[in-house]
Amino acid sequence: MTTSAEAIALRRPHPGAFARARRFAGTHTLTVFGVLALAYLLLPIAIVVLFSFNDPAGRFNYTWEGFTFDHWTNPFGVPGLLEAMETSLKVAGIATAAATVLGTLVALALVRYGFRGRGATNFLIFMPMTTPEIVMGASLLTLFLNLGVATGFWTIVIAHVMFDISYVVVTVKARLVGFDRHLEEAAMDLGANEWVTFQKVTLPLIAPGILAASLLAFALSIDDFVITNFNSGTTVTFPLYVWGAARVGVPPQVNVMGTIIFVAAAGLMLANVLHQRRRQ
Amino acid sequence: MTFLHRHRWVAPYLLLGPGLAWLAVFFIVPLGYLGYQSLKEGTVQVGYVFNWAWGNYSDAISRYHEQLFRALEYAGIATAVALLISYPLAYWIAFRGGRWKNLLLLFIIAPFFVTYLIRTLAWQTILSDGGLVVDTLKAIGIVGDDGRLLATSTAVVAGITYNFLPFMALPLYVSIEQIDRRLIEAATDLYANRAVAFLRVTLPLSLPGVFAGTMLTFIPAAGDFINAQLLGTPNQYMIGNVIQSKFLVITDYGQAAALSFVVMAAILVLIVAYTRVLGTERLTP
Repeated sequence: MTTSAEAIALRRPHPGAFARARRFAGTHTLTVFGVLALAYLLLPIAIVVLFSFNDPAGRFNYTWEGFTFDHWTNPFGVPGLLEAMETSLKVAGIATAAATVLGTLVALALVRYGFRGRGATNFLIFMPMTTPEIVMGASLLTLFLNLGVATGFWTIVIAHVMFDISYVVVTVKARLVGFDRHLEEAAMDLGANEWVTFQKVTLPLIAPGILAASLLAFALSIDDFVITNFNSGTTVTFPLYVWGAARVGVPPQVNVMGTIIFVAAAGLMLANVLHQRRRQ
Repeated sequence: MTFLHRHRWVAPYLLLGPGLAWLAVFFIVPLGYLGYQSLKEGTVQVGYVFNWAWGNYSDAISRYHEQLFRALEYAGIATAVALLISYPLAYWIAFRGGRWKNLLLLFIIAPFFVTYLIRTLAWQTILSDGGLVVDTLKAIGIVGDDGRLLATSTAVVAGITYNFLPFMALPLYVSIEQIDRRLIEAATDLYANRAVAFLRVTLPLSLPGVFAGTMLTFIPAAGDFINAQLLGTPNQYMIGNVIQSKFLVITDYGQAAALSFVVMAAILVLIVAYTRVLGTERLTP
């Protein structure tokens, strides 16, 4: 039984209270939606990690059969996986080094100098980022076919440097925009020549940007499938290995590799976020 | 004094030279070769002859318009769904994220840390027959008893949406985050309710993010072939599947090159149309 006072209170709530409740509901809905959306983004990652511990009955690793550490203690127990992983790391290492140098030089030119052709340069940097990968892969293959170049390890490297450069330029440039040129002038006034100034002043200041750019380039390179697929010949990188395995049943060791790559990349990003927060 | 001191104007070109040369040789020149190849006639066995073979284009379009339109349709739906999911998510992080903003952003890009093919294969597991999602949908009667999700167009569109969602969410976040909150306060002070304040202030100011996100999602989605291959059947194949198999399996280079150009042209036409509707003219008052 409710008392009459309570009934009145229920029927005619305080005007402010109703608005507050509605606002609370609004906030709540958004939060619930946000959490659900993040769960949706993270669900497949959880599946990848979970199924690296699965003990599949047949060739297909689709249904949960039982827990095992076997694939973690024996991560290269399937033929070809180790070689594919090594190839991927080699390609990514070489391509990242080359693209970081080339891209950083372009970014330096764009930020520090006024020159004719700036618009065209920006356009050329922007283009590869907005072209479908399949068109880039197909056109590079056409180039190699027409010139009679056999596709393989080095054509993959060439392709990766190509699509990495733009991302390096954009990342380093973002870092250089807030750069104080007076510091360089001060070094020069104190008698340093251009090379010493670059080494002692410019480079340390833009180093975080270069590091971020090279990590991005490395991640893009190790993940690339489409462009690599077109220009690999008989060379097999890790994504190409997964593609081949997908047709006959992906071994759980692929999930182990996927988990390791995820943990490494996420760990680096998390360290970066925490580092930034500590500095604030 | 060195050569560089006497000719300072060369310095930027020396810095630009190697990087731009790489892009010119391995990005621009290949596009030229792709165009050249698309007008050649022949086969791998007898060789190719350049003779302005425009027939490659008409043949390619008449044989594969279905896959072309399907690619644009799937990419369009996936982009729209990604926008509907990403906008509230980005809004939530930008306005309510507080000190957790960077961590929540990390969750958005977390899928990128898992190899593209592996996260698509994870969807294979999630949507598989007898999997959790299918069983739940059967229990509440959305999917029939013999119904399935894997190997349907729904699965392919869902996969594309998932894979490119971060490309939508990040630019949206950046543009919503930059909005000056005082403008929204001013709107409410002037008796706009929350819906009106959102429609007249927040939404217009976030349009650059909507625009960038749509581009970054639609372009790779329209050229994708991995989701259709792993989550669909040949009935769901998109134009990317046709190009991939023509280049790498059937080796029909002429039509494959022509199709690549058709895809680029189709995307370009849609982008220009989209820019007209939501373009920069409307973004600046």
